[in-house]
Amino acid sequence: MSEVAVAEPKNLPVGPVDGNGIGLWGVGTLIVTEAALFAYLLFSYFYTGATAPVGWLLDPAPDLTLALPAIVLLLVSSVVAWIAERGIINGRPAQALAGFAVAFVMGVGFLCLQWLDWRSKGFGIGSSSYGSLYFVTTGFDVAHVIAGLAVLAALFLWTALGYFSPRRRVAVAAGILYWHFAVVVCLFVFATFYVTPYLGFGR
Amino acid sequence: MSVSPLEYLDSAGPRAHAIVPLTWFTLIVSLSVCVVISVLLWIAASRTRKGDDPGAMRTIPIERGGNGIRWITVGLMISAVPLAVTLVWTMVTLAAVASPPANPGLVLDVTGHQFWWEVKYNGQSPDQEFITANEIHIPVNVPVLVRLHGGDVIHSFWVPQLTGKTDTIPGQTNVSWMQADKPGRYLGQCTEFCGWQHAHMQFEVVAQPQADFEAWRSAQLQPAPAPKTPEQQHGMAYVEYRCGLCHQVRGTAAGAVSAPDLTHLMSRRMIAAGTLPNDHASLAGWIQAPQSFKPGNQMPTQYLTGLQLSDTLAYLETLK
Amino acid sequence: MRQLDFRTPRIGIDSVEHEAKLLRLWETSPGLKGFLTSVDHKEIGIRYIITAFVFLALGGIEALVMRLQLAGPNLSLLTPEQYNQLFSTHGMTMIFLYAAPILSGFSNYLWPLVLGSRDMAFPRLNALSYWIYLAAGLFLYAGFLTGNGPNDGWFNYVPYALRDYNPGMNQDFYALGMVLLGISTTVGAANFIVTAFKTRAPGMSINRMPILVWGTLTASIANILVVPAVSLAFLLLWMDRQFGTHFFDPAGGGQPLLWQHLFWIFGHPWVYAIVLPAMGMVSDGLPVFCRRPLVGYSLVAVSTVATMIFGFGVWVHHMFATGLPGLGLSFFSAASIAITIPSAVAVFAWLSTVWLGRPVRTTAFLFFASMIVLFVIGGVSGFMTASVPVDWQLTDTYFVVAHIHYVLIGINVFPVVGAMYFWFPKMTGRLLDERLGRWNFWTMFVGFNVAFLPMHITGLLGMPRRVYTYNDYGGWAALNMLTSIGSFIFALGVLLFFINVVKSLKSGARAGKNPWDAPTLEWATSSPPPPYNFAVIPTVGSRHPLWEDRLGEEGIVSSTDRGMLLDQGKETIGTTALDAEPEMIMEMAEDSFAPLSLAAGLSVLFVGLLVRNWMVVGAGAAVVFISLVMWMWPRRDLREREAAHV
Repeated sequence: MSEVAVAEPKNLPVGPVDGNGIGLWGVGTLIVTEAALFAYLLFSYFYTGATAPVGWLLDPAPDLTLALPAIVLLLVSSVVAWIAERGIINGRPAQALAGFAVAFVMGVGFLCLQWLDWRSKGFGIGSSSYGSLYFVTTGFDVAHVIAGLAVLAALFLWTALGYFSPRRRVAVAAGILYWHFAVVVCLFVFATFYVTPYLGFGR
Repeated sequence: MSVSPLEYLDSAGPRAHAIVPLTWFTLIVSLSVCVVISVLLWIAASRTRKGDDPGAMRTIPIERGGNGIRWITVGLMISAVPLAVTLVWTMVTLAAVASPPANPGLVLDVTGHQFWWEVKYNGQSPDQEFITANEIHIPVNVPVLVRLHGGDVIHSFWVPQLTGKTDTIPGQTNVSWMQADKPGRYLGQCTEFCGWQHAHMQFEVVAQPQADFEAWRSAQLQPAPAPKTPEQQHGMAYVEYRCGLCHQVRGTAAGAVSAPDLTHLMSRRMIAAGTLPNDHASLAGWIQAPQSFKPGNQMPTQYLTGLQLSDTLAYLETLK
Repeated sequence: MRQLDFRTPRIGIDSVEHEAKLLRLWETSPGLKGFLTSVDHKEIGIRYIITAFVFLALGGIEALVMRLQLAGPNLSLLTPEQYNQLFSTHGMTMIFLYAAPILSGFSNYLWPLVLGSRDMAFPRLNALSYWIYLAAGLFLYAGFLTGNGPNDGWFNYVPYALRDYNPGMNQDFYALGMVLLGISTTVGAANFIVTAFKTRAPGMSINRMPILVWGTLTASIANILVVPAVSLAFLLLWMDRQFGTHFFDPAGGGQPLLWQHLFWIFGHPWVYAIVLPAMGMVSDGLPVFCRRPLVGYSLVAVSTVATMIFGFGVWVHHMFATGLPGLGLSFFSAASIAITIPSAVAVFAWLSTVWLGRPVRTTAFLFFASMIVLFVIGGVSGFMTASVPVDWQLTDTYFVVAHIHYVLIGINVFPVVGAMYFWFPKMTGRLLDERLGRWNFWTMFVGFNVAFLPMHITGLLGMPRRVYTYNDYGGWAALNMLTSIGSFIFALGVLLFFINVVKSLKSGARAGKNPWDAPTLEWATSSPPPPYNFAVIPTVGSRHPLWEDRLGEEGIVSSTDRGMLLDQGKETIGTTALDAEPEMIMEMAEDSFAPLSLAAGLSVLFVGLLVRNWMVVGAGAAVVFISLVMWMWPRRDLREREAAHV
């Protein structure tokens, strides 16, 4: 006996609710594709290095004085961003505003340290394939952090305008997810260029 | 109809022979599959009953019947057999022919250029080495190791009757090998797009009995003979100071290496990497106006007067 | 009125008032403004299809000119540089500007209809992907039409693509145009993925989706993962050319093979991305003309995904002659042989569907069925070259040219033309002419095989590819003449197809909702569909909602005339990923200028990069930034923010 069963759902959320929404899926696919981009950048580094002659690594013992604080600053900013998001979730916009602002400042701090680190290098983007790979990969990294700063600034502005609440906050969820992604990508880039030489790659 | 000189099924050496049966097997399997599927489809589609227009659609009842899944499982099981055979046969053939011979009788260094082939014959000492272009002589029944170097862009070294393709890539040295069963001329072709004259970048592998090869090799080692007639002397001067900007003629002041070595130009059957036959008229035309035969190649138009040209030819034709 | 955060949707049946209300909510504004701001997936789909067919025609003309040059040995109709630009532009046009966009067009048009939804998940993103595609196509052709077309093949190997050997702007047009096009592909793929998982009709569990959806979804997931590889490759090439970096030039420590790896890691999955959706259209359309469901739906769905997964692991088979170590060659050879298996699943499923069905040989059927044979021919030549030693002889010869055309024309063009015969009535309310259709089919089929079947022999006889002329060795001249003749016959067939389309738009026989008595949801709405697709949201109980009464199988029956009305705004239903249970009411975006302005800003930016004028780049970037802000600004009507603190 076949019966027609019409879907009769009750009490459905209208639009994105509690941070779940289609926009989050969209940013998720963006993150996947950008992560793939970085995977290919790092592949290019490892492939070129593995097939290069001895002496390819222009920086066999990279100076961590600036790079290490930079990545630590970024990792902490991720925690701060998480705290900011909790502020929206728990209806405490002041916490959110403070968190966005502090994370933004930390992001700027990262950029300054990265800039100084670039200037301290003894090679340039056109020196060799190593130089090109270093500067272009870290450059992409920096570009993603800059985009993240724009996101944080927007979230700050929109929170200040009172747009978000514990119920309506999908933009915050998506934006903070993106920030975490940018931080993780920087971590991988840091590990590749600043740690693997110490582990013997590229010598 | 003559046989195509680039047809690899007409193999002439062990590295090429190994590939022929595998080709026939996969080709016969492929043809059979195509025929069987086509016949089945033809029969299936011919069993129409009610007409071929949209109106007929509603008159035919919708029914799910027959064991279609069995088609898929049986079809897969049957397909798996030639696939598995091909896989194993491929690995076996690869193991047999991929690696170069342990004791090659001859080692060559070939560099691909736009649009010609530089071939260096090695020896125990520098006076036993020489460079030639576009025509490679090898002794019959001797495995020949070919080291491939990239000169500018990527080219690919291919002599279908003797060996499959291996690229010349700048920044690395690839290795190929070949061996000819019987004497003959085997045509080779560049098979990686390399620019304007990729279409005209051929070479020949000439397999000779050992004695003939040795004779050829000794002749190639000799420097160019001294010119005898006044025309030849004038010609040599042009060759040294014009052609020598790019070409080498050992025993003269022409010593550049960015173009084919001309020391034994007349010993070769073709010129311009297989573009033209090596006869008087073609040589004259080529020297005067290379761009009209092979536009985009690296040799510029020469603008020689008639006398300069005939003197140059007179000298070049002594370079046997 | 305060907006509700939660609502129980009203259930009902269709009515005139209800349709009028939905029409007001969903229809695009009239005139030029509507044209430029539309986010209607059907309008966008049709634009994609028309634009892609224009590129098909351009690419075809390029091929015909090449075939005139190659009709005999040592002809000089074209100079080498002209020929090189033609074959490169032909490849770029067909593979990037026709093959993927045509399938995006069909998918864009059909997906919400076959999924029982009112729109794609991201309507504005949909519009953006089209505008960027158009911009990239114009950008790339601006190069070709000014004598700066790509000239190193569509695959563009280095070092020949570097500045030393290629000083003109050809490579810069190609590289930047491709990066721009990659943005379109990526956002389009993101849209398809989220739509497939989140906006199906209630009850359309994942094993009830049409195979077209499986095909495009698989292709989209692959594209998200691999398009960055080629975009990166082209960007690095552009940097080597313009900024003195050393990614690819050996003199600076660069690696020419890095280009090949990055390109083919993208390129191989891409060729599956441009056939799997078309295979899906065959899997959905062929059974209709066999008056029975597809044999082995689950196996076909799984084989679609399996083909793509394998497809990630075979890219090195384009590089067998580059001197890689034996172990690597063996692995990739084995994988390339094994990938035949999931393809074989589809072939046997289709074949048995025809055999066990009652075929009606309409034109659509002819295209779908003949595709099976062409697929097999293309597949076996691929199987042959999967074996490394055989490939060492056959690669870079006309054998491979035969293979690629059988798989591309056989598995993309023939299904696409069949899909037009099948879905044209739904899109336009008129049927394509069947008599002209038969002429169309046979001319294309005969012409194609006369052109390309001999190429297998030409390749076995050793003719290399990418050559502007050749000597008459052992029959090459006769074979080439045959190919050239066949190509013109094929082109005539394609022309007949275009003529049929134009003619039938004006005077084709009228089609009702379901002229083919087909089973899927798109046939439950009018032809052409209203802007909102479905007046009431369908509930789905099986793969063949409109055949349930005939198939008489046990279980819940679908409902197309009673369901959620969703008329409180521009709304559709959002559902869970696997089982399609309703989980939210989605408010969809209105017509917007933002996609067009964002695409325009990106175009200006890329033109600035091409001519290295940083002011222009800055201007473009500013337009991009402003458009993004406009687009992303949280909106009340989309429920992205609160009204005021309540």
